[in-house]
Amino acid sequence: MTTNEWPLWEVFVRSRRGLSHTHAGSLHAPDAELALRNARDLYTRRGEGVSIWVVPSAAVTASSPDEKDPFFEPAADKPYRHPTFYEIPEGVKHL
Amino acid sequence: MATAAAHHTARVPADGPADEAARTAAYEAVFDAAVAADERIEPRDWMPDAYRSTLVRQIAQHAHSEIIGMQPEANWITRAPSLRRKAILMAKVQDEAGHGLYLYSAAETLGTGRDELLDKLHTGRQKYSSIFNYPTLTWADVGAIGWLVDGAAITNQVPLCRCSYGPYARAMVRICKEESFHQRQGYELLLVLSRGTPEQHEMAQDAVNRWWWPSLMMFGPPDDESSHSAQSMAWKIKRHSNDELRQRFVDICVPQAESLGLTLPDPDLMWNEERGQHDFGAIDWAEFWEVLKGNGPCNEQRITQRRRAHDEGAWVREAAAAYADKRADRTEHAVGHADEHSDGTADENGKARA
Amino acid sequence: MTPTVNTAAALALGDDALVLSHRLGEWAGHAPVLEEEVALANIALDLLGQARVLLSMAGDEDELAYLREERAFRNLQLVEQPNGDFAHTIARQLYFSTYQRLLYAQLASGDGDFAPLAAKAVKEVAYHQDHAEQWTLRLGDGTDVSHERMRQASEALWRFTGEMFQPIEGVDIDWDGMRAAWLDSVGSILRRATLPLPEGPQSGAWTAGAGRQGLHTEPFGRMLAEMQHLHRSHPGASW
Repeated sequence: MTTNEWPLWEVFVRSRRGLSHTHAGSLHAPDAELALRNARDLYTRRGEGVSIWVVPSAAVTASSPDEKDPFFEPAADKPYRHPTFYEIPEGVKHL
Repeated sequence: MATAAAHHTARVPADGPADEAARTAAYEAVFDAAVAADERIEPRDWMPDAYRSTLVRQIAQHAHSEIIGMQPEANWITRAPSLRRKAILMAKVQDEAGHGLYLYSAAETLGTGRDELLDKLHTGRQKYSSIFNYPTLTWADVGAIGWLVDGAAITNQVPLCRCSYGPYARAMVRICKEESFHQRQGYELLLVLSRGTPEQHEMAQDAVNRWWWPSLMMFGPPDDESSHSAQSMAWKIKRHSNDELRQRFVDICVPQAESLGLTLPDPDLMWNEERGQHDFGAIDWAEFWEVLKGNGPCNEQRITQRRRAHDEGAWVREAAAAYADKRADRTEHAVGHADEHSDGTADENGKARA
Repeated sequence: MTPTVNTAAALALGDDALVLSHRLGEWAGHAPVLEEEVALANIALDLLGQARVLLSMAGDEDELAYLREERAFRNLQLVEQPNGDFAHTIARQLYFSTYQRLLYAQLASGDGDFAPLAAKAVKEVAYHQDHAEQWTLRLGDGTDVSHERMRQASEALWRFTGEMFQPIEGVDIDWDGMRAAWLDSVGSILRRATLPLPEGPQSGAWTAGAGRQGLHTEPFGRMLAEMQHLHRSHPGASW
């Protein structure tokens, strides 16, 4: 088995202008330039993108599932952040 | 996301073995509830070791099948009889390489690198679909593979789009979308042959004769002999049994064969009014197990070519890695002198942000 | 087919694309890394698309591809050269894609028959050139082994490069300017890749000519035999 496996990169593709880049998948490449080109060949063969980001997978810091509750649950009980929380008299417009 | 994060399985420090067991049980309950509720399991979630290893085995086998599966069709790229067919076939074989890459990525989210998986393929410790151990002897075989082999694969794969493991399910969604042309091009190819000259018609019938039974074997052994099925279904990695999917495939193919003007090589194939399904003849499982064991017509050839491509490409992969290392060193030394870079790196990064 | 199209020119450009596409197609299942399977196939498909447009300007694409004899093909000898190792394929790509990009850029800026095709193709070819350059850099400036292989490949194919600048009748561009630009571009990449600019002659000694005159190298006949065999075995059949 070779020990110098090319590093892994995460690929983000903007499918069209006006939308943000979304995660498309990952791939191996020796460096950023080839990662970008490999991503172009692999993830936009059918015209799926107008712009690509590649990020070394090792550079991604992710939240841990253990922290799921402290991270995300507190946000779930603040309904006043959502417009549907408020009652507006019928007929009031542009609000 | 395929990151090293997968190595970090959620583990909370425990004071003793009893606590550890209690925690595992608690995690397992969360996992089981998620699967039961049809939620997706994601890479950093806790999962039973057996779930992880089953997935790695299945996804790797699937990826290997895509990569080995390039060979029988690539066998005809240089001989495709029209430029239109040549373009279609090249695009299809290319898709298979792409699908292999999507799947290796999905497997990597479980903490197993692609090199390790390829090594297992090259040394026979992991399998690929046995169907690719049959040879493509005529041009019509390209059509038969598209219609029957890809047809069987799609029947298998569509339910996998709802597989409980998120990265695998997402890879399958992409693959199924892209593969919709694969089966159609095969069917169209056979249709043109079937309606062509008598020699072409005969070529098409011969190919269907040879590919029909191996295609039925693609669904795996009968349910009562399938070793992994029950657990995989409980985990929602698998959604339907082998026999169920096989029956579905037969029922789909019969009218398609009629429209093609070709005969499926099974004298026992007939509509069963009572069951509302087709009855079909007995599959030669002895052949299936023999091919699986390595005694198929092309087992040796396929794996030898794969290994050779990998070995002969080693110097190329090493060169690119060495170049990247040199560049990284130079960049480190050049910190503070970014203007002096003439190689356009900054420019390209800028474009990536466009 | 418009009567103004220069058939000989369409054949020369179309055959270049067809033959190189075929050679790249031979890589399928043999590439050094899976990502390159996808990359090489992309390039092959672009070239095949160009070939089909160009051959259709000269007649029926399949008749031209499958029923002409070796001596009737007008492609450069460079593109018919066997793949060799990955370094040979990359050297061939570097030489040809640089040429094709310069050629199509000039055609695209004109108003001749080839302008619409060239305008589309020049974008594809720019990517092919970039791919070849990226790999020339990595192989040339990678390991000792890759450096040596790339050096050998760039030298072995050098003698097929002179033919590219032989004017094609009906292709109205500045050939001398193109030769200078080509040398400039290829020379600069080889230099960055720490490779020497090959010193030998850029063409063979045979005064009869080369690919543009229908004179090819021995491997080309075998390539055509494989490519045309099935089509020719079923005269008049549709596929």
